[in-house]
Amino acid sequence: MPPVILELFVLALGIVIILLESFAEKMDRKVFAWIGIVGLAAVFLFLQASVPGSSGMNSYVSDAPAIFFKKIAVVTTILVLIMSIDYAGTIKRYLPGQTPQSGLGEFFAIPVLTCAGMMWMASAVDFILIFVSLELVTISFYVLVAYLRRNLLSLEAGVKYLILSSLATGFTVYGITWIYGVTHQTNLSQIEQVLPSIPVGNQSGVLFGALMVVIGLGFKIAAAPFQFWVPDVYQGAPTPITAFLSVGSKSVGFIVLLRVVQTFQSLPAVGDKLITAIILLAAATLIYGNLAALPQTNLKRLLAYSSIGHAGYLLIAVAGISARDSGQAVAVYLAAYLLMTLLSFLIMVNVSAHGEGDDISQFNGLGKRAPLLAFGLLVAMMSLAGVPFTAGFLGKFLVFKVAFETHQFFLITLGIVTVGCGFYFYLKVVRAMYWQPVQGDVAAIPVSRLSLVTILALVILIFLLGIFPQFALGLLPAGPN
Amino acid sequence: MNLLVHLTYLAPVIAALAILLGLPARRTAVIAAVVALASALIVFIEYDRGQAGYQFASALSLVPVWDLKFYIGVDGLSATLLLLTSIVALAAVWIAPKVEEDENRYYACILFIAAGAAGAFASLDLFFFYAFHELALIPTFLMIGIWGTGNRQSAAWKITIYLSIGSIILLVGLIGLYLLPPAEQRTFDIVKLQQLASTGVFAGPGSRSVYILILIGFGVLVSLFPFHTWAPQAYASAPVPVAMLHAGVLKKFGLYGLLRVALPMMPEAARHWAWLLLILLAGNILFVGLATISQKQLDLTLGYSSVMHMGYVFLGIASYNVIGLNGAALLMLAHGLSIAALFAMCGELRKQTGTLNYLDLGGLGTSMPTLCFVFGLATFASIGLPGFANFASELLVFFGAFRNGIAGAAFNEFEIVGTIAIWGVVISAVYMLRAYRAIFMGERQARWQSVKDMPVSVGWAVIMLVAALLVVGMVPRTVLDAIEPGIRLFAK
Repeated sequence: MPPVILELFVLALGIVIILLESFAEKMDRKVFAWIGIVGLAAVFLFLQASVPGSSGMNSYVSDAPAIFFKKIAVVTTILVLIMSIDYAGTIKRYLPGQTPQSGLGEFFAIPVLTCAGMMWMASAVDFILIFVSLELVTISFYVLVAYLRRNLLSLEAGVKYLILSSLATGFTVYGITWIYGVTHQTNLSQIEQVLPSIPVGNQSGVLFGALMVVIGLGFKIAAAPFQFWVPDVYQGAPTPITAFLSVGSKSVGFIVLLRVVQTFQSLPAVGDKLITAIILLAAATLIYGNLAALPQTNLKRLLAYSSIGHAGYLLIAVAGISARDSGQAVAVYLAAYLLMTLLSFLIMVNVSAHGEGDDISQFNGLGKRAPLLAFGLLVAMMSLAGVPFTAGFLGKFLVFKVAFETHQFFLITLGIVTVGCGFYFYLKVVRAMYWQPVQGDVAAIPVSRLSLVTILALVILIFLLGIFPQFALGLLPAGPN
Repeated sequence: MNLLVHLTYLAPVIAALAILLGLPARRTAVIAAVVALASALIVFIEYDRGQAGYQFASALSLVPVWDLKFYIGVDGLSATLLLLTSIVALAAVWIAPKVEEDENRYYACILFIAAGAAGAFASLDLFFFYAFHELALIPTFLMIGIWGTGNRQSAAWKITIYLSIGSIILLVGLIGLYLLPPAEQRTFDIVKLQQLASTGVFAGPGSRSVYILILIGFGVLVSLFPFHTWAPQAYASAPVPVAMLHAGVLKKFGLYGLLRVALPMMPEAARHWAWLLLILLAGNILFVGLATISQKQLDLTLGYSSVMHMGYVFLGIASYNVIGLNGAALLMLAHGLSIAALFAMCGELRKQTGTLNYLDLGGLGTSMPTLCFVFGLATFASIGLPGFANFASELLVFFGAFRNGIAGAAFNEFEIVGTIAIWGVVISAVYMLRAYRAIFMGERQARWQSVKDMPVSVGWAVIMLVAALLVVGMVPRTVLDAIEPGIRLFAK
């Protein structure tokens, strides 16, 4: 069975849900979400069983990192769908339609299509396929971000995302044309072979192209100085979509970035300069993400800046691409990031469904109102800050290890400072939950059984990864190198 | 036997989880603390002093590629510190006051702090050695922030951010240490690393930079001058059990780390940087000592004094000879017991009078005779009067420092700092006796007529700590016999 079948299956799954939306008017829309969840769970099992090997195609590989990142994409989508079920009430509030169910179906269908795009991106090793799958992901996000069309913030977010994302796409395409112009290739492995033999005068052309591609990807992974869209879009988008953006969009952005940066290492004259650019990007991202997060009072915006900050740590690992474990560090960090970020968003959906807005002050006294949710958020924040025995620590540990191995002492120094900042702004949430007295509504918060099970599963996974690192490393025997 | 070592950290963890799930808080916590103390005591007694090295070891391989294991075992030094941890933990749980709200969380946090310290002392794997220590970070933040006194929020932020930055510096240093040997020899196993050290793989110039990272990382955690400013305020604001555990036990983690990791593995780098450590520790003794004298409140005096006394331990460590290191190790135990006792009684004073300001207090000796007497004993111990463990250990530290002087030709830096350190004893006598006089002697103010003496429960906990100080002070060999063989492996 060719591996690409799985992507086609996910695509078909999304189309089936859309068809059901059009023709099965009476059906409960939440069933659609369940169809998506079950279908994707089946895909996950197939991924679990698949072994790295040849795919029979030039533009599409099925190596260990590809499979790993596809798993990340699938798990993220499943969790986003679970979150969306809890979020359905909010959607109805902002989308008054003819029937109580109208508008919900697409909200469950489009993430599945996005997932197909992400899976393709994880396997793509040709600039054409990279571009096409990137656009599949981006265009479906255009729809999702602006989904709450009666909510001004959501619309603003949609417009911002549309404009800046198309700009980023423009950078990417422009870069690809330069690279093609010099090497006459779009396939990454072909480019890698051709590069050492190009005329010296053309090297700067390749470098320019590569930098443009990196800038384009920088938008996707929310690296400074291409992060302007992040806080507003994250705040305005429906919360499950924010989670999807911050985890899904970022992780596939990183696998593509790793593959692109790796490609240009075959020509040190270009590769070294590209690494310098990544180091500068990492430094800017670390500083901006973590310092700007300090004064935030809205949890969604806080997580937006934290998402930028974590991109910085991931870029440290990318900058250390010459180390053997660099790809592994990126993968494990992203797996940890997935768990802790989605856990925070899941709890946020549940808490803000019974309050007003996502301000951190909404979480005051959560320790008393909903001890279990508070504990879940405590674990998520500990993990994001990088406390040992949690998945987040393992990620940071690997990143610092790679940085030390490749002698990135500048980035290590920055990293030490920003981890300290991180402790401050993540613990601000903990402070609200446990130090501050309850304000206003003191009623206990009802949590659906599905959310409860998911929260517990995520908490357990966070500790499992932190205490038994082999559990994560075993998923990924070797890095992309 | 191996199970008993595991119990020292597992009993608190299990009890904490059980309490969070709804078991009666105080009873469960006390039972767990007693179980941990009994295990630690048996481990300490059964540890075979005839042979140096690690005993009762058990390992579970986690990441074979990195040689990362969950590896637990003890030598004489860690057995001693486990004993310290569990004695102080029992005392801390025992004297914990009645908590009106969220009693479960209160006790669970205390137990997590104790478990973190015990786990760190029992770990023979760098990764978990580090990880266990950080287990205490978040509970400390919560405890000070929720149940602290005074300017508790700022104190909680300060200690948390300071310690997290210290920890991350330490983490980078430890990663560096892991990466020093060639790829095929890399391991997190402390025992193997110590054996590797004798082959000289850590000797290169890289080890000097790694050592300085580790020294600063541990230094922040131990409140080495000038990274000490988090400590006094945090201890003054922390709830009594946290102050006892943190000042008494958790702070010893950094010193233990120097003795366990930095010195045996990078002896050359340690000697190279001894001058820097000497300057900084002189800051601990002189600067912080003088700062202690100027304090006007008992809790801050104790907080600063605990920072100051770290200078002596660092002096023993800087000397890098058997006498000095023995003294440092013994002083870790002695200081842990004495500062815990002092903080416990300080908390009792605050509860009875509502103030710790020297100007408000006075003449309490007649109202609180028992507290006055036991506080006096702990004060003498803290100053370092003969008969208490602090005397024996400080004496060893001074001998250690001067021994380096004799080996050198001229009046060298060890002798200079050693002389300063001896004057430090006078400084500590000044501030402790001043505090004692201000609180217990003199005219009793009318408003302290009705103050009650220390209740029996607190009394027992404190007397247990002071009695341990006396026993070790009279017969220091009981502890030194266990510690010394391990130290002789890497020092002369």
